[in-house]
Amino acid sequence: MLRYEMICVGAGPAGLAAAIEAAKNGVQVVVFDENDRPGGQLFKQIHKFFGSREHRAKERGFNIGQAFLDQARETGVEVTLNAVVLGIYENGAMNVMIGDQVKQVRAQKIVVATGAAENMVPFPGWTLPGVIGAGAAQTMANIHGIRPGNKILMVGSGNVGIIVGYQMLQAGSRVAAIIDAAPKIGGYAVHAAKVARAGVPFLMSHTIKQAHGKECVTGATVIQVDSSWQPVAGTEKEFEVDTICIAVGLNPTTQLLGMAGCKMTHVPTLGGRIPVHDLDQETTVKGIYVAGDVSGIEEASTAIIEGRIAGLAIAHRLGYMDDGTFRKEREKQSQSMKGLRSGSHGERRAKAKEYLNAIMPAAI
Amino acid sequence: MRIEDHPVLGKFEKGQKVRFSFDGKSLEGFEGEPIAIALRSNGVLIHRYTARRNEPRGVFCAIGRCTDCIMVVNGQPNIRTCVEPLKADMVVETQQGRGPAKESEVSHA
Ligand SMILES: Cc1cc2nc3c(=O)[nH]c(=O)nc-3n(C[C@H](O)[C@H](O)[C@H](O)COP(=O)(O)OP(=O)(O)OC[C@H]3O[C@@H](n4cnc5c(N)ncnc54)[C@H](O)[C@@H]3O)c2cc1C
Ligand code: FES
Repeated sequence: MLRYEMICVGAGPAGLAAAIEAAKNGVQVVVFDENDRPGGQLFKQIHKFFGSREHRAKERGFNIGQAFLDQARETGVEVTLNAVVLGIYENGAMNVMIGDQVKQVRAQKIVVATGAAENMVPFPGWTLPGVIGAGAAQTMANIHGIRPGNKILMVGSGNVGIIVGYQMLQAGSRVAAIIDAAPKIGGYAVHAAKVARAGVPFLMSHTIKQAHGKECVTGATVIQVDSSWQPVAGTEKEFEVDTICIAVGLNPTTQLLGMAGCKMTHVPTLGGRIPVHDLDQETTVKGIYVAGDVSGIEEASTAIIEGRIAGLAIAHRLGYMDDGTFRKEREKQSQSMKGLRSGSHGERRAKAKEYLNAIMPAAI
Repeated sequence: MRIEDHPVLGKFEKGQKVRFSFDGKSLEGFEGEPIAIALRSNGVLIHRYTARRNEPRGVFCAIGRCTDCIMVVNGQPNIRTCVEPLKADMVVETQQGRGPAKESEVSHA
């Protein structure tokens, strides 16, 4: 059995940040990712990030991803791709499938940074070719250079729906409308304004009633909903589109944590079922840490800071950092996190995280 | 369907142009890109028909998670074409139901 001081599951921004921070302080780290390229969601993101300069705002996701990879190499982090972690068992044991071989590995500390999966809404016709996830639209356009469709209806007005909607325009598609059952736009106002300026109508309090087409999507019927989310008869609108893109939220990928026996809790603000964790990102199972979307859906920048905190805590627990230095470093990260979790969107998330940390106080 | 000149990303780096066959027709794609992308660039959106109700399915997640895009590739069924790289002279076929394999060999997951 291969043994490591620390294993990171997931090479997205959270996992890479954790690995780099720990490795910088002397920890021996390996990162596994099931993808054939590292970076998680970051590489699909071609828009300029929001936030402050310190948080690399105005830079594009894929550039941030590249910088992370360079840093990982410099600090001696080992990144193994095409490596699916199948299960985490007692005492840090883990099964990982690399290529078509299952290997047993063990680590003193584990960071689970597996990100999130897309939610789906079923409606008549939703299985037709042409109905795709927002992530799929991004993957096709921004990684493989192909237009997902010529005319697109976007379902969901959160940040993902709005940003992917804009990216579809950049890819040369037309966006017929962005619809949402909620009465108010879910995403940041600046992004929404930009998409609206480009001529994309927002239809709030509207849901999708049906996708049309025999072999592929040829259109969609959209219907208004009242304040109790019930469809209002007679308000149907028809759209001639070849693609319906679903962006109705993400849910944390927590299967590995459930298997490992980590206590879970339900926090709607953070995307549903998430692992209870303390200020150091440690779960109720000692030695298993979480960071990024898996510990609550937020943003790349918050995922990075959570990753750094987990990496610092692990360096400290393994004896590579004294108590004083650790407290100081953690405080620095907490301060920049405060900056990120501000504004009406951020404050709700900050409160939800405080609630978690109250269930489980930090070790030091 | 291909994006020729992206306002942010510019030109996309691709492998060599190769030919492959789809349901007996000869099509063109780039080596190394997912089979599904090569198909889409040729306007092919239907990848399979379901076993019980014979309904069409195509790419949904594009990252190998949902299995909606599985096809018969070089005679082997259930290949996730959104992640399987295209190679020259591949033989790609629309999958009917569980494909041509023996029932006992197929996973029902
Ligand atoms: C369209 C869109 C736009 C966004 N825009 C912004 C923005 O402008 N600013 C911002 O701050 N944030 C943005 N975000 C959010 C940001 O992308 C995510 O919050 C961030 O990527 C989360 O990082 P992560 O490391 O937790 O997860 P991910 O980036 O999802 O990485 C998780 C990794 O884990 C791997 N993995 C999962 N399970 C396993 C397993 N069992 N074994 C091995 N590997 C596994 C996956 O392959 C993946 O690479 C956006 C998100 C989307 C979808
Ligand atoms: S489209 Fe989901 S696995 Fe290929």
